[in-house]
Amino acid sequence: MTARPLLAAGPLERLSDLFWRRPPVLLTLLLIPPLLWLGIIYIGSLFALLAQSFFSIDEFSGLIQYELTLKTYGELLRPSNFDIIVRTVVMAACVTLASAVLSFPIAYYAARYARGRWKALFYLAVMLPLWSSYLVKIYAWKMILAKEGIVSWVVEGLGLGFILDALLGIPVLGGTSLSVSYIGTFIVFVYVWSPFMILPTQAALERVPGSLLEASGDLGAGRGQTFRHVILPLALPGIVAGSIFTFSLTLGDYIIPQVIGSSRLFIGQAVYAYQGTAGNIPLAAAFAVVPIVIMMLYLWVAKKQGAFDAL
Amino acid sequence: MRSSQRRERAPLALKLAAGAGLAFLHLPILLIFLYAFTTEEKSYVFPPPGLTTKWFAVTLGRPDVWEAMGLSLRVAALSTVIALILGTLCAAAVSRSRFFGREAISLLVILPIALPGIITGISLRSAFSIMDIPFSTFTIVLGHATFCVVVVYNNAVARFRRTSASLLEASADLGANGFQTFRFVILPNIGTALLAGGMLAFALSFDEVIVTTFTAGQQQTLPIWMLEELVRPRQRPVTNVVAMFVVLITFLPILGAYYLTRSGEETAGGGK
Repeated sequence: MTARPLLAAGPLERLSDLFWRRPPVLLTLLLIPPLLWLGIIYIGSLFALLAQSFFSIDEFSGLIQYELTLKTYGELLRPSNFDIIVRTVVMAACVTLASAVLSFPIAYYAARYARGRWKALFYLAVMLPLWSSYLVKIYAWKMILAKEGIVSWVVEGLGLGFILDALLGIPVLGGTSLSVSYIGTFIVFVYVWSPFMILPTQAALERVPGSLLEASGDLGAGRGQTFRHVILPLALPGIVAGSIFTFSLTLGDYIIPQVIGSSRLFIGQAVYAYQGTAGNIPLAAAFAVVPIVIMMLYLWVAKKQGAFDAL
Repeated sequence: MRSSQRRERAPLALKLAAGAGLAFLHLPILLIFLYAFTTEEKSYVFPPPGLTTKWFAVTLGRPDVWEAMGLSLRVAALSTVIALILGTLCAAAVSRSRFFGREAISLLVILPIALPGIITGISLRSAFSIMDIPFSTFTIVLGHATFCVVVVYNNAVARFRRTSASLLEASADLGANGFQTFRFVILPNIGTALLAGGMLAFALSFDEVIVTTFTAGQQQTLPIWMLEELVRPRQRPVTNVVAMFVVLITFLPILGAYYLTRSGEETAGGGK
């Protein structure tokens, strides 16, 4: 039996000695593959997109002119295009607000009252809708909101058909059925993105010490006052962190308004339409830059609010 | 004493609001299971006029569903492998040391899911067209792996943070070289976190449609097959059954990932 020498100087050993003595070498080796991948494929593509947005399309020949110009960005300001941007941003804001309202009780209950097995159950109850298939969720809502679907059935059964009719009768927001109205689009957006709001809100609420709420009560604050002046300000970074997702995801989505909604376009649909059948890549690229700019501003504000500590 | 008792009781309004919120999140998915058995072919009528299991057999006999499923599984498997490698490397580098640009690297990893998917999609598409790369399974994987890295990265970073540096020093003191330390100390420590991250990455890729529509060309993954059906419904009963299977297939990795990481504070899946 030959014992292996403890300090053999094989190539592997020498290499690992080098890593030990010079950590930057190892660090560089670790970072090269992911940086190459993300840097070339992702950042490179983003720049390709950005570059396209500074080209323009010749109105007569339909060919792309490879000269730097701001003409395409100017087209975004045309009323028909600007409407799309405003519509999408308003929808994203409404969806974010509604998601925050819907998520808060769930997050608050999970953070303060759920313990042990209940807590685990709550966690799974948020995780499963969060991760279940995006398209299947939309499909489910297509079934639910259809004229012959479960919503109409329940509403008719309760004799409340007139309320649904009144809702659908609202100009702009309504339509012939929920599945072709803004109301329907809004409901589905809230449904699909609100799970993204719950976990960050809950994380922020977990960090609110119970003694703080007791102190607030001891000092004579009612439930409402404690909520407004203690709980909400402390939960806000979490809510803002969640809103990054709900806002960004709504801004860029083109499938939900296409499947459930009126025929008026959102930014995502405009990008898709211009790059596809219309073949106007520069305008599509300029449209795609809009959510990037809005999200940069949003992230900048969110960072000031301390939202990143709550992620 | 009193305070701990007071914590036990939630106000009724809160209970109702939380319960209603959770019901809103779960009932639509349950409905999918009901509709998979409906006898109705032409509409989404509720309640279903009758229940049948014949659509399961019809769906199993459909070659287009199988082909789409096969492509989705291939893409998800490849993307997961790439994401596992890149995500682990990145996490190891970021958690081992503090260096210039460390923040920028975490931002770079998160960016593909922080920005709307349509931006990743159209960026890749314009890059492909500039460089004359034809659409293939490879182009789909390229996109998927890019946004799957972050899931693996999140899980791995959390676990690296919990792995004490003294373990590595002890291993070196006992005569192990760097590779032995990796094989016998680091890997067993981060194994379950990687498995969990891999499962989540798989689920993410298997379900992805927004980026895929830009990088697939004429190929059909299962989500693209479903999207076609959503926009132009032609065979509702088959779609109902496929939807149910997709729900079941994505639930398994999520439950698995949860089970693997539930003991730690960094339970997997918090960030999608």
